Amino acid sequence: MTMPYYVAPEQVMKDRAEYAQKGIARGRSLVATTYEDGIAMVAENPSRSLHKISEIYDRIAFAGVGKYNEYDQLRVSGIRHADTKGYAYSREDVDARSLANLYAQYLGQVFTHEMKPLEVEILVAELGSGTRPNQLYHVAYEGTISDKDRFAVLGGEAEVIAERLNERWAEELELDAALRAAVGALAGPERTLGPDDLEVAILARGNGRRAFRRVDGRELGDLLG
Amino acid sequence: MALPLFPPTEDPGPDFAGLVRRLAHLERSGPVHLSPTGTQGYGEARHGTTVVALRFAEGIVMAGDRRATEGHTIAHRAMEKVFPADRYSAVAIAGAAGPAVEMVRLFQTQLEHYEKVEGVVLSLEGKANQLSQMVREHLPMAMQGLAVVPLFAGYDLARQTGRIFTYDVTGGHYEETEHNATGSGGRDARTTVKLGYRTGMARDEAVELAIEALYEAADEDSATGGPDLIRGIYPLVATVTEEGYGAVAEEEVAERFSALVERRRAEGRQP
Repeated sequence: MTMPYYVAPEQVMKDRAEYAQKGIARGRSLVATTYEDGIAMVAENPSRSLHKISEIYDRIAFAGVGKYNEYDQLRVSGIRHADTKGYAYSREDVDARSLANLYAQYLGQVFTHEMKPLEVEILVAELGSGTRPNQLYHVAYEGTISDKDRFAVLGGEAEVIAERLNERWAEELELDAALRAAVGALAGPERTLGPDDLEVAILARGNGRRAFRRVDGRELGDLLG
Repeated sequence: MALPLFPPTEDPGPDFAGLVRRLAHLERSGPVHLSPTGTQGYGEARHGTTVVALRFAEGIVMAGDRRATEGHTIAHRAMEKVFPADRYSAVAIAGAAGPAVEMVRLFQTQLEHYEKVEGVVLSLEGKANQLSQMVREHLPMAMQGLAVVPLFAGYDLARQTGRIFTYDVTGGHYEETEHNATGSGGRDARTTVKLGYRTGMARDEAVELAIEALYEAADEDSATGGPDLIRGIYPLVATVTEEGYGAVAEEEVAERFSALVERRRAEGRQP
């Protein structure tokens, strides 16, 4: 009988992290930024029907990068969590923080206990109201959760894109300026991205109870100028 | 509360009611066992009464009175019985108030849940069917005297027309070509609408006719509330058109009521 090789736990974790990072880096990145009237989310996504950005609840949106089937399963479970919570308690009791925590717990659990970690990074965004500020929670593949107050970048090239966006970002930008900054940061100096390469959605005050709205077609073209 | 995740073979899909059944902590208890005569002996349950819907050129009008009763006493004077189901449809309820309002809440959540999970909106026919299933599931309670009879109407974006669906306690749903009313004063409201209805009415005429129908129902049926001028409580009226659901402003409803009474006086009729 052969004995299994001993592998140090550090090595196991390192291998898993590398595996997940590789999977995430294969896909395109995504940017979410606060602007004057709410939160804008911009993803590089040529598909019109397989969305990376979706509505979760009245003021909460979800965005994911990496493996589509994996983050889509997380998106649906987020909608289920929010809808059942709002149904059992009240609509105002549904918040992004508790949902982001659940995602973090689940991703952490899968990362340490399952054969294969999830190859996803996700974002939970909540539009602020009254005295409550906008919230952006970034959850990584191993369950690390961080909250951002200005913008969040998801995906393989997150660091480079975040640097580029940092140069263009300003407080209280209007929607068109915020979108141009986000698209410029996603594209980098060598490429240009048009409306057909992008998936854009906003959480905006003034949209009524359901703040989520997709921005596409001619409207997006006009905004990008 | 854990993240509601299911293995692919057991996924409830976009069905919110199914999801609620799966999550044990949310499930409502089954039918309560009441005496064969319904809720008598346990105190009367609250009942809501007359609601009416009719089609006009650009969509539908839906209206409901504001009274809720417990037996022969008035339980609530400002109850709401007309609700937006989603952006392009409205639902109105008559019958036992408690389960009816709960059914509307489940229905609203179901439509939004489907839209978010699937990424597309249900067809109007699909929405009507969903409500049918909810009424059918409620049948055991209905048999014990707690019937809920909704009225569902909306704007069909595919066919570009307003459509109205009525229900019975068994969950059967029937499409109406022009108008209908339900609840204890439904018969009087229906007669009024029938006499005043014309195909292709304008929005203002349709709102006026719905208001007149409720006025007549309140005049004949003790459980239906008329316009309450002292407290300033008027029936709820809503329209659904290509632009979506819109509530008719209370001032407009109040004005139309006084105009109706004045016009009748001028014609030498009983107001």
